Amino acid sequence: MSYVKGLRCRECGSEQPVEPLHVCDVCFGPYEVVYDYEAMRGHVTRESIERHPRNLWRYRDLLPIEGEPKIGLHSGFTPLVRADRLAAALGVRELYVKDDSVNHPTFSYKDRVVSVAISKAMEFGFTTVSCASTGNLANSVSAHAARAGLGCYIFIPHDLEQGKVIGSTVYGPRAVAVRGNYDDVNRLCSEVADKYGWAFVNINVRPYYTEGAKTYGFEVAEQLGWRLPQHIVVPTAGGTILPKVAKAFDELRHLGLVEGDCKIYTAQAAGSAPVVHALHRDTDLIVPVKPNTIAKSIAIGNPADGYYVLKAVRESGGWGEAATDEEIVAAIHLLARTEGIFTEPAGGTTVAVTKKLIEQGRIPSDESIVISVTGNGYKTLEAVTGTVTPPFEIPARLSDFDALYERLQASQQASTG
Amino acid sequence: MVQVRVPTPLRKLTGGADSVEADGASVAAIVRHLDEHYPGMKDRICDESGAVRRFVNIFVNGEDIRFLQQLDTPVKTGDELSIVPAIAGGR
Repeated sequence: MSYVKGLRCRECGSEQPVEPLHVCDVCFGPYEVVYDYEAMRGHVTRESIERHPRNLWRYRDLLPIEGEPKIGLHSGFTPLVRADRLAAALGVRELYVKDDSVNHPTFSYKDRVVSVAISKAMEFGFTTVSCASTGNLANSVSAHAARAGLGCYIFIPHDLEQGKVIGSTVYGPRAVAVRGNYDDVNRLCSEVADKYGWAFVNINVRPYYTEGAKTYGFEVAEQLGWRLPQHIVVPTAGGTILPKVAKAFDELRHLGLVEGDCKIYTAQAAGSAPVVHALHRDTDLIVPVKPNTIAKSIAIGNPADGYYVLKAVRESGGWGEAATDEEIVAAIHLLARTEGIFTEPAGGTTVAVTKKLIEQGRIPSDESIVISVTGNGYKTLEAVTGTVTPPFEIPARLSDFDALYERLQASQQASTG
Repeated sequence: MVQVRVPTPLRKLTGGADSVEADGASVAAIVRHLDEHYPGMKDRICDESGAVRRFVNIFVNGEDIRFLQQLDTPVKTGDELSIVPAIAGGR
């Protein structure tokens, strides 16, 4: 049993029962899952949540499944790292990194949304799951489908690098390489979803998929000791995660589990920043762009939920910035060197934008800040190739090492002296 | 004549057809043609101001009209027009 009441269109409010629908019959707007919060009062509490296992299903009362979770049993509840060395580098007092780079099983925040989407797809009776993706989503769908024993088709652009493809095909899905760009692939998938009756995690089961993103926010609040950070910076691609983090905080407040406010900031790559542009121009009209950035995982030129990102950012009193590719790479290095966390360009984007917002004075230095890391740097080695210090090569003689060591010590003293 | 791909939510207006033919020299003209033959189409695609609804994408030969001339985008015989509800992808 769940607290789910049904689906409601976010745009026009039209209601539907729980079904694999994502697009409103009336206005094409997105459906969202609606819960019975009044029934939750007194039942969904800090204690009731803490009794559940340490995975994302800990928050199952606020997630849209009816029965027991079937998949993603080790997903979520990733570390919230207190980042004192990064804080010192940025000149702030209280800084945390929510680290989904180590999410199980495919090392990105996608494991959250996919766990919920596939659990729900199984409840609906789907036997094949699918997605259009260039990376993290395909990895996650393929892995979860393998674990659940489901059929799986992934659709990718035909020119995707071999390494990226293997990260999904190793789990055994059928991979279809489509001659077109990412948006072409998504459009084809919409048509395939209609015709073949498969669960496309980001299409026909999307309202359930997106609910999984709330768990990122729930965990931040719980791991901070049931309080909200004063500021959180979240990367924006298609616009799923930021509005759902806002919704997660709203739900916790509404149920009396936390108090206070959190300003939410959107982080985009400068080469694909349609939402930040609209934010800075103080408009609701998001003009699509053609992405051009190394941050491939957030390079979505026409973000379907961009409008909701703007709304959540503005309502929270937050802001947003974009980071150039150079800034992104520098930020990946900064995070790795100060906190030992190796993230991919989306995480670099968030760190770089946080740095900018602090420098601009938008984020004060004496308030609590959370940086959202959503993916793992090992999947995008090409982003830092050429900017990492290469090893120093020596023969296998102690005297050669001695000489090298002296040289390195001397140059370190010269640069710090 | 232009081929128009009809998404599932609109097929109840086209009697179940997933593809129909339409006549017109621009996307706006095509929409008008569709509305004449399948009443109600225009309202689903455009809002009261006549602009394409936020969550609807229209592609002419695979190119989003928001990158072209919006509803004034010209079309010619043999072109393919696709109406697609907005999709948020993963990456």
